[in-house]
Formats: sequence, structure tokens, C-alpha cells
Amino acid sequence: MVNRILVGAHYGLKDWIIQRATAIVMAVFTLIFLVVVGAVGPDTFEAWRGIFANGFMKFATFLFFVSVFYHAWIGIRDIWMDYVKPDGLRLLMMIATAAVLVGYAGWAVQILWRM
Amino acid sequence: MAELAIKKKRPKNLDLPTIRLPLPGILSIIHRISGAAMFLLLPFLLWLFQGSLTSPESFAGVKAVVGHPLAKIVLLGLVWFYMHHFCAGIRYLLLDLHKGVELEAARLSSKIVFVVSIALTLIIGARVLW
Repeated sequence: MVNRILVGAHYGLKDWIIQRATAIVMAVFTLIFLVVVGAVGPDTFEAWRGIFANGFMKFATFLFFVSVFYHAWIGIRDIWMDYVKPDGLRLLMMIATAAVLVGYAGWAVQILWRM
Repeated sequence: MAELAIKKKRPKNLDLPTIRLPLPGILSIIHRISGAAMFLLLPFLLWLFQGSLTSPESFAGVKAVVGHPLAKIVLLGLVWFYMHHFCAGIRYLLLDLHKGVELEAARLSSKIVFVVSIALTLIIGARVLW
């Protein structure tokens, strides 16, 4: 039992859980993806595109991307918190990280649904 | 009382060159470095993914980029980073469940992470990249 009181409620439990939940989603998708690629052997554009035209794979790939971006947010934010000490610069790095990740999510949607 | 506990002086040694990092520590820092590197490569990977799905011409373009010897080296490194992050992450999930927290088990599992992730990298490199 760690007997200390830090400020704020929960101080990071939600992120701790999300980091692990997104990790499990990505790990499961990785296995599914390797099996599908192994089975299809996509060496042509049509075969490769066919994988992501499938409704389930489109959904699973999108879920994977969202997990990557949220997981990356927590991980990169932790790196800034560990190494960047000036508050203003740290805040700037966090905002920049969140901004590019939100942008990547929009980009991923565009790739998957406009292909 | 809470503040007292936080402000208490603890001995610390952060003279990095004199610290001999044990294998689980090396695994840990590679976990962080690989995560950061994959984050930085995200736009490049999304760009490749987009090209691979847009048209037969852009698909061929991606194949040409990925087929370049220099790109193959970078991608092999990326595959290793992914596999290391994957295997080390599974080890951390097991540690969260209090599996393998004893010193000997933790050292053994970090060895397994290195062996399995490098083996998977070589298999994927041989089947997909070369």
C-alpha cells in the first residue's frame, strides 16, 4: 500500500487502463492482420485493396488506427512529462502531439473510406 | 503529511555512464525509443498506406519505394521496433498481472522478448521484404 496523497482524483488510472486496452486491441489486430495477409498473399493492388474493402477488416483497421493514436498520445505525453521540464514548452509539445494525432485520425478515415 | 512524503530527500544516482543497465532495463529503454520512433514515422507510414490503396499506379509507386534497398533497411528496423514493442508490451501486461515479477523470472522473460522479437523480425523480413 503506497501511503501518499497526490492532487486530483484518480491521477492517471484512466490513462493507465486505456494504454493497456489499446495495446490489447493492437495486439489482436496484429495477429488477425498477419493471418489475413498470410492467407491472401496480396501481391497485386486488387488483392491488397480487397483486404480493406471487406467490412470487418475496414472496421478492425479503423479500430487499430484509433488505438495507435490514443496509445501514442499517452506514451509520447509521458515522454514529454519525463524529459521536458519548462511548463510552457511541455504544454506546447503536448498540444503539438495531440494536434498531429487528431489530424492522423482524420487522414486514416479518409484513406479507409475513400479508397 | 502528504507533502512531507513527497519532499523527503531520497538518495539517487543518475550518473548515466556509470550505471550498468540490466537486460530488463535495456528492454525498457528500447520500448520507449521504439515507441517514439514509430510515432515519428507515422506520417510516412500513413502516406505509404494511402498510396497502396489509392490506385494501381500509386500501389506500384509504393512497391518501388518499399523495394529500394535503403527503404528495406529502414523498414526492417521498423519491423524490429514494432516486434520489440509488441513482445515487451505483452511482458508488461503479464507483469501487471503479477506474472513473472521475481528477479530470475523477469530476467528470463526479458531474454525471451529479445529472442522472439528478433526471430519474428527476421521471419517477416525474409518473407515480405526480401
